Amino acid sequence: MSEMPRNRWSRSLLPVIPLVIGSVLIEVLTRTSVIPTYILPAPTEVIKSLFDDAAEYVTGFRSTAIGAVGGLALSFFVGIFIAIAVSLSSVMRRAFLPYATFFQTVPIIAIAPMLVIWFGFGRPTVIASAFIVSLFPIIANSILGLQSTDPQLVDLFRLHRASKLKTLCKLRLPSALPAIFSGLRIASGLAVIGAIVGEFIAGGGLGEVVDSARTQQRLDKVFAAVLLSSLLGWFLILIIDFISRIMLRSWYVGERSNLEDSSR
Amino acid sequence: MISLANVDKKFAATGEVVKPLNLEIPDGQFISFLGPSGCGKSTLLRIIAGLETSTNGTVNVRETKRISFVFQEPQLLPWRSVLENVRLPLELESEQAERSDQDETSRQALIRVGLGEALEKMPHQLSGGMKMRVSLARALVTKPQILLLDEPFGALDEVTRFRLQEDLRSFWRASRMTVVFVTHSMSEAAFLAERQIVFSARPARVVVDRLSGLSAKRDDSTRLSAEFANEVRELQARFRSNEEYP
Repeated sequence: MSEMPRNRWSRSLLPVIPLVIGSVLIEVLTRTSVIPTYILPAPTEVIKSLFDDAAEYVTGFRSTAIGAVGGLALSFFVGIFIAIAVSLSSVMRRAFLPYATFFQTVPIIAIAPMLVIWFGFGRPTVIASAFIVSLFPIIANSILGLQSTDPQLVDLFRLHRASKLKTLCKLRLPSALPAIFSGLRIASGLAVIGAIVGEFIAGGGLGEVVDSARTQQRLDKVFAAVLLSSLLGWFLILIIDFISRIMLRSWYVGERSNLEDSSR
Repeated sequence: MISLANVDKKFAATGEVVKPLNLEIPDGQFISFLGPSGCGKSTLLRIIAGLETSTNGTVNVRETKRISFVFQEPQLLPWRSVLENVRLPLELESEQAERSDQDETSRQALIRVGLGEALEKMPHQLSGGMKMRVSLARALVTKPQILLLDEPFGALDEVTRFRLQEDLRSFWRASRMTVVFVTHSMSEAAFLAERQIVFSARPARVVVDRLSGLSAKRDDSTRLSAEFANEVRELQARFRSNEEYP
């Protein structure tokens, strides 16, 4: 603790130092041909490409963002629906839960070519790919949230003869919100991965930029596009965190400070 | 009248929790279940509430229409304001009642517990004692005929606990509902109840069933009186002479 700088700003600047040192190191190694440029591009080349091919990246970023968000939205609604159905009825749970678990193990790379056959080249395949990889964490977390309702509160609702629907709307769903948000958080990162994989096969977006730059030996473009897709995932997570912070703010005293603590 | 005939409870995992038991609680009585922790008195309370079924015997709770239950913890919904938490049972029980009527009833209940100023506060903004007051208001808002409380004041500091005990007494005197109060504190049972039942260690068996010798009007000074000391001493003696008590 004592070696930690006191000042907040200098503390949050700490992660920048390895970045700068690493970039300078790679720059020197590539410029002096210790590392050939077909293995690693010079960081300055990546930055240069970001500006030179900006139009291509903007179009690609927007397209991948639409694919990822589309898939995420779809898996949000489908996932919550499945979680509610499964947690309301043990018959549904027995019948469908194994498939939900199975979905988790589907290797998206292996089935992406099938998706092209089903949905054709273009966005529907990208959305389907993002949907498939982001569905499971939403189902799993929502079920966990819906089933971990405080048993005494369930008793209270039973005592006042609340219907299943009222118990769901006024107790189980709100109690599950924190778990649902943590599922969404995981799913949003995965949705970007799913979208990129879909684009490898179906074309469009940053996935296509990566794929075609690779065949042209343009490693600077590959790295720039990969950087942008990571930024997209990070951006989605920030949005989810922001929404969850707004919605859960009134529940807990320390929600905000807890988040800051855990990310420190 | 709450009547239990040959009621017992066995759990598959832990075995017998309540030994076969006969008990009649007349309408309007303030009764206290006293016993060591984990003896099965809470299970008995849950059986009366209908939250648990007895293994054998019959539970006859006449006027089952309006039962309220207060838990050990306040158990408020963190996403609802104080007023909305108190309104909850009304929302659950009635389909078409006017929201404004429900709000007014809830406000009255909160004024009764002394929280008329905190309607819009969120639960996390309240102290432990205030949360328990909200929990009490939520139980009283349906004007219950039977109020069941499971060690509700155990986690509170002494001053707050004493004040809530006095308030609970006055709610009971004003409404004449049946109150069953589970506690492991002898002085709490002595101060609150008109009748005390002492249970043995698990499995619960009635070792004492006695009426309080105190007058109905009790306040802070009661706690220092010789009569009160006698009551506690009496319970203590019965508690200690109970050989099954570890």
